[in-house]
Amino acid sequence: MDRLAQHFWDGCAVGELRYQRCRECAALQWFARPFCVRCGADDPQWLVAQGSGTVYAVTTVERAPSDEFRVLAPYVIALIDLDEGVRMMAHGAAGLAIGDKVKVEFFAHDGRQLPRFAPAGAGVIPRRRWPP
Amino acid sequence: MAYLSGAGDTPFGRLEGSTALSLMAQAAQGALTDADLARGEVDGLLCGYATTLPHLMLSTVFAEHFGLRPSYAHAMQLGGATGCAMIMLARELVDAGRCRNVLVVAGENRLSGQKRDAAIQTLAQVGHPDYEVPFGPTIPAYYALVASRYMHEYGVSEADLAEFAVLMRRHAAGHPGAHLREPFDVAAVLESKVIAAPLKLLDCCPISDGAAALVVSREARGDNCVRIAGAGQAHLHQHTSAITSVAEFGARQAAGRALAEAHSGLKDIDYLGVYDSFTITLLILLEEIGVAGRGEAAARLRSGDFAATGKLPLNTHGGLLSFGHCGVAGGMAHIVEAQRQLAGKAGMRQAGERHRALLHGDGGVMSSHVSLVLQSDG
Repeated sequence: MDRLAQHFWDGCAVGELRYQRCRECAALQWFARPFCVRCGADDPQWLVAQGSGTVYAVTTVERAPSDEFRVLAPYVIALIDLDEGVRMMAHGAAGLAIGDKVKVEFFAHDGRQLPRFAPAGAGVIPRRRWPP
Repeated sequence: MAYLSGAGDTPFGRLEGSTALSLMAQAAQGALTDADLARGEVDGLLCGYATTLPHLMLSTVFAEHFGLRPSYAHAMQLGGATGCAMIMLARELVDAGRCRNVLVVAGENRLSGQKRDAAIQTLAQVGHPDYEVPFGPTIPAYYALVASRYMHEYGVSEADLAEFAVLMRRHAAGHPGAHLREPFDVAAVLESKVIAAPLKLLDCCPISDGAAALVVSREARGDNCVRIAGAGQAHLHQHTSAITSVAEFGARQAAGRALAEAHSGLKDIDYLGVYDSFTITLLILLEEIGVAGRGEAAARLRSGDFAATGKLPLNTHGGLLSFGHCGVAGGMAHIVEAQRQLAGKAGMRQAGERHRALLHGDGGVMSSHVSLVLQSDG
């Protein structure tokens, strides 16, 4: 794998979503490169996203492309607009819809920690009022 | 001036025992016969790629196999836009005086020559190797992502998409060479198996064997007086994650450039050949090019305009969705059909007199866009 892409996946392994910002023009980019695609400046800076964003597009894959993914099917793939202003592909929780506010989590699959987004606040048990 | 002086194709479908070279040769012979050209008169050769024959030098492998000794040859790779892009380049070669007759050919045994899973896996590599492929998307999944957003923004329904599958199947029923000809209705599309929501089986094109070929010449030949009047391209992104807006993929720019070069507007167009790997592909392209307003392509279809008998017949051979998809040749079949419609040689499918066609090819996931304007000078 490309050295910079490896740095991204090394980030996922420790629960970080790493992306780049140009040191000259401050443009953000998701696919890591040794230069800024807008102004061409070398060596963009690595940043770590907070891990929250909004669902831009979403699908549920029923027919997987390979045996490695057949065990997961059906699974949700989404394009997520991170709050920092970059768009990324990731897995999503079942039932995710466009416009949902989401938060990242990671799960182990085929030797990687894959980012998956779930509705922000999910996993926190809502406090019940009593009497209802 | 450059003319589509000959067209040839094979039936599409499961063609047991075929190879990429045998299919290409069959379509190429058809095109040469149609153009009334001998092999020695072909001085240019452009060919597509074949996933079942991933050779470093497919054009010269084919030239040797078929018996050509061109003075100019190479292959081209631009996904589903390859066919339109090859015709555009062939026209440049002819206009520049480099070639007199350019054979443009593509074909492969994509269905029978490999296991289905292998084909699906190969095509899924269209994604970004580090930032997309690790998530396990398929080609339908990439298009489903685009579909989800487009439908959300413009209020397009799954039934709207289904209409295009039904129309393509109705058109394919009139073509003896089509891969899939059994008619169905909108309900059948909606009830078909979900592949990647919101896309269902009948929203997706099949994988086929087949080939198509065209000859681009400096002079019109015989009754093939179909001139390439304009061409244009636009390439705004490669990967789905890099799409900035579903309102602009590049189709409008490519078509605008082609129409401007032909000194035409959409109002002058009376035949459409538009790439349709999925129903959503076709709907978005029609709306971005401006054939219909946003969210209105299905309404225009329901009005009958895109039928063979309508004002603006669309993919009268059945498109990728039903005529079939064997890679590069799948996108070329639209050009072959348009050439026949404009030359008045579409037989039972002839949609009256057609004078000016707009062709549009799309490669990748709405990534690469190439448009052509063809004009009948007959």
